[in-house]
This record gives sequence, C-alpha cells and structure tokens, in this order.
Amino acid sequence: MQAAAAELENVSHRYGAVTALHGVDLSVRQGELLALLGPNGAGKSTAISLWLGLAQPTAGAARLFGEPPQRLSARRRVGLMLQSAGLPETLKVCELLAQTRAAYPDPYPTGDCVDMAGLDGLMGRRYGKLSGGQQRRVQFALAICGRPSLLFLDEPTVGLDVEARTALWRTIRTLVADGSAIVLTTHYLEEAEALADRVAVLARGRLVADGSVSQVRARVAQKRIRCISTLDAGTVSAWPEVRSACRDGERIEIVTDAAELVVRQLLFEDTGLAELEVQRAGLAEAFVEITRAAA
Amino acid sequence: MNAVAALPEPPFNVLRCYLLEAKHEFLRLLRTPMFCIPTLVFPASFYLMFALTLSRGGTTGGASPSVHMLASYGVFGVMAPGLFGFGVSVAVDRDRGWLRLRQALPMPTGSYLVAKLVMAMLFAALVATLLSTLALTLGGVRLPLSAWASLFAVEVFGVLPFCAIGLWIGSLVNAQAAPAIVNLVYLPMSFLSGLWMPLSMLPAVLRDAAPVWPAYRLGQLAQAAVGNPSNGALLVHVGVLAGVTLGFLALARRRLARG
Repeated sequence: MQAAAAELENVSHRYGAVTALHGVDLSVRQGELLALLGPNGAGKSTAISLWLGLAQPTAGAARLFGEPPQRLSARRRVGLMLQSAGLPETLKVCELLAQTRAAYPDPYPTGDCVDMAGLDGLMGRRYGKLSGGQQRRVQFALAICGRPSLLFLDEPTVGLDVEARTALWRTIRTLVADGSAIVLTTHYLEEAEALADRVAVLARGRLVADGSVSQVRARVAQKRIRCISTLDAGTVSAWPEVRSACRDGERIEIVTDAAELVVRQLLFEDTGLAELEVQRAGLAEAFVEITRAAA
Repeated sequence: MNAVAALPEPPFNVLRCYLLEAKHEFLRLLRTPMFCIPTLVFPASFYLMFALTLSRGGTTGGASPSVHMLASYGVFGVMAPGLFGFGVSVAVDRDRGWLRLRQALPMPTGSYLVAKLVMAMLFAALVATLLSTLALTLGGVRLPLSAWASLFAVEVFGVLPFCAIGLWIGSLVNAQAAPAIVNLVYLPMSFLSGLWMPLSMLPAVLRDAAPVWPAYRLGQLAQAAVGNPSNGALLVHVGVLAGVTLGFLALARRRLARG
C-alpha cells in the first residue's frame, strides 16, 4: 500500500502549558486536496509546522511519504506557501525563483512556473517593489516550482483580486488532477467548498470533523424553509419532520431535516403560500455549527 | 513541433544551491546602500582623515602612525561586515519569516550561513584591499610582502568572530532593534579596544579591561602582522577569538533551533 503523502498519527503538541493539538489523526493521499479549517488558534498552523518538520510533536508522529519530515528526501517532494513569508525584498523575482528551483531535483521549467503562477512581466522586478497580490503570486510560484508531490498552501488567496484567485484555483485543480496532494488552509469557506475533496475541521486542538465536503455539510442536516403563509406556527411545529417553526411577521420559518416532505405538506395545506425559499446549510453554516459544538 | 530542444537544465546539485545563495547574498548586500556604503566608506575615510591628513610623514619606522592606523582601522573596518551582515540581516530574515520558509524548503541546511560567511569575508577582503591601497599610494606605507599578506589574512579571517557575535544578536532581537543594538556593540567595542585612539590615552580601568574585547585581540594580531609591537601572546589571541567564534555560534544555534 502506498504511504499517505502527509500523515499525523495520534499527534499531540504542547507549547509550554498550552496544548495546541490533542491526539490528532489526519492524512492526505496523492491526488487529494484537504482543506484544513478551524477558528484562529485551533491548531492549524501547529499541524502544518509539524508536517514541515519545523517542530517535533510532543507525542505521536508526523510523516511525509512515510518518512520523518526532517529528512531531505521527503522535503524535496514538498512545496509550501506560508502565511508570513517575507522574502528578501532586494532580490528580483527571477533570482528568488532560480534559487528555489535549484533546491529541487526536477523542477518545472521557469516558463511553466511563470505561466502557472501568473508572473508575466514580474520576473525582472524586485520583490520588495511588488504589490501584495503580486508578492502572493511569487510565493505561489516558489511553492509549486519544484514539481511537488505534496503542497502546503497556507491562506494562499489572501490579498488576491478575483481574477488572480480564479487563475490560482485553476492551477491548484490542475495540480490535484496530476496527482499532487494538497493541504490548504483558508478563511474563505467558499474556497474550501470549491476546491476540496476533503475537509478537516480543527477546534481547540482536536479534530472535530473529517470527511468529504458533502459529508461535513451533512453534519448539519437541517434546512431552513421560509415562506409567506397563513398556517399556524404551532400546528406546523407539531408535524413529525419539523424541528421548529416560528412566525416572523407574515412569514413562517421552519427548520427541518426533511425539506421535501415538509414543502409538499405546506403546499397541500396552504394553497395561498408564496415566496417559498429552501436553504441548505452550506459549509459555512456547518463550520459554525461544528466549531460551536466543540467549544 | 519544435525540433530544437531547449537547453537541458543544469543537473541538480548541492554546489549550485550554495553558489546561487552566495551570489544572491552578495546582490542583497550590494543593493542595500545602508550596508555597503558605511562598510566600505567609513573605514577608508577615517583612515584618510586621521592617518593621512593629521599625521603625515614619518613612514620609516615600523610604528609610524599611518602603519599603526592601517592595522587598527582595518580591524575596525572588517568588524562591520561581520556584525551588520549577520546581526541585521539575520534579524530581518527571522522576523519576516524568510528563515522559517528556508528551513522548510529542501535547501541545504548550511548554505544560508555559508553564503553569509563568504560574503562577510569578501567584504572584509574589499575593506582590507581598499585600506591597503590607500596606505600604499597616498600614505606611502612600505611593508614587506609577507606583512601585507599577514594583515590581509588577519582581516579576512578576523571577521569570523564578529560574524558569530552578529549571528547571535540577529537571533535575539527583532529587525527594528538590530541596527541600533549592533551599533551599541560595534562602536563602544572599537573605542574600548583602542582602534580609534591608542589605549594609552584611555583611563587605566578601561585600558586594563581591553583584553575582554575580541576587537582588542584582533587589533593586536593586526599590529603584529604589520610588524608593530603588540601585547600578549599571539596564540592566546587566536585561541580566544576562536573560542568567541565557537561560543557565540553555539548560543545562536540554540536560539535559532528553538525559535
């Protein structure tokens, strides 16, 4: 069996008296994009540091391709983009790229890096003279230039405009399709929803959800139905599938796990019903629910 | 189809990583006027002002002022690339996250420090050459070839303990504080080591304390190299400087590994 690209096995990590991770088991396979989500201070950065070999877990083991992350042979297969990467400002983009490419055994040709990260026209510029979004693109180029089998992207699209973000998403999808494993942390849940095969949610150092986007979303099964109706909220809330119902002016709002049944019944009972809306819980709602439950 | 294949990529090797990093370190320093102007201009202009203008003539004896000051301003000059090249740039790299990113990238672990060491020694060599050229041309200093060579060697290798001290400072303080802290070490230590004015002009307490400073030890080595009288056994000076280098290197390593 092929070793997972990145794996945390029953990892706990303490900084002095603060326990940042409690017994976390997490792995990413080749060709899979894992979105690692969690509120600030949940342990995402710690998990990434352990995977990058920047810290040793207090207990348990971090592995890349079955090897300890400190091993050079493992790191040569890894690309990374950290949140705070103040690259040397006086170096030109082409110099930064050349230096990083030199560290990898089989990097992408320079031209490919320029295309994939959108560095057209930036190569001769000094890093310190670039805008925030341009600097982010340079960091992305450094992350992917080594043809990594495993890529860590920590908040990659902060500071990017919509166009640049779309371009970056396209490159990320291509890399996953070509078999790379990617660990992505992001505050934009729509980014996780758009890109991730799997979502893992950390809260207070514990893994509180781990599954496909739809599985995690299904953790919050409720749907919210709103409509203008004359039906009595008390009567509706007595229906077996309904969790709760309440009146809000001329509208009635119903929370249920079985929206289709409830809607059918509503339409049957109230022919004058109007402005029907059914909302599924998105990843954002699920995330709020799951992390609130863990708090 | 393009029949002409692109030139093959240079084969992956560690040497290339070292060379590129050293080259980029040089470019970084060269593109930082705050570093290279004071480093190259200050010792040269001090030497011009004090040795050549204020005390002209008298170049026959070994202990002439222009020879004495060639050695002492040379030491003053080579301290800077070590202290600033390491102290400030390591603090900046650490503060802004570049060091962390580098540690996670598969770059050879040693190339960061080796590149900085090579650049500090290169700048030390530039300072030494600049001062020697001024002494030879404008100062009319005549020394045997072996003395020029020993002075050059003392200055180029003498930068190492200051690299280690700079590295330690860079591992401790943040980027904003680093230049000030380095100056607080650099300028008083130069003064107290007798690099600006002879120690005999300082109060006895400070004079007696001078052997504490690595710059004093290097100063004595430099005086001995140009054939001037010096205090203390040369081997002891070399031993102390080597100890300072290793000691501060170990302190910095511990700090950087933790942070």
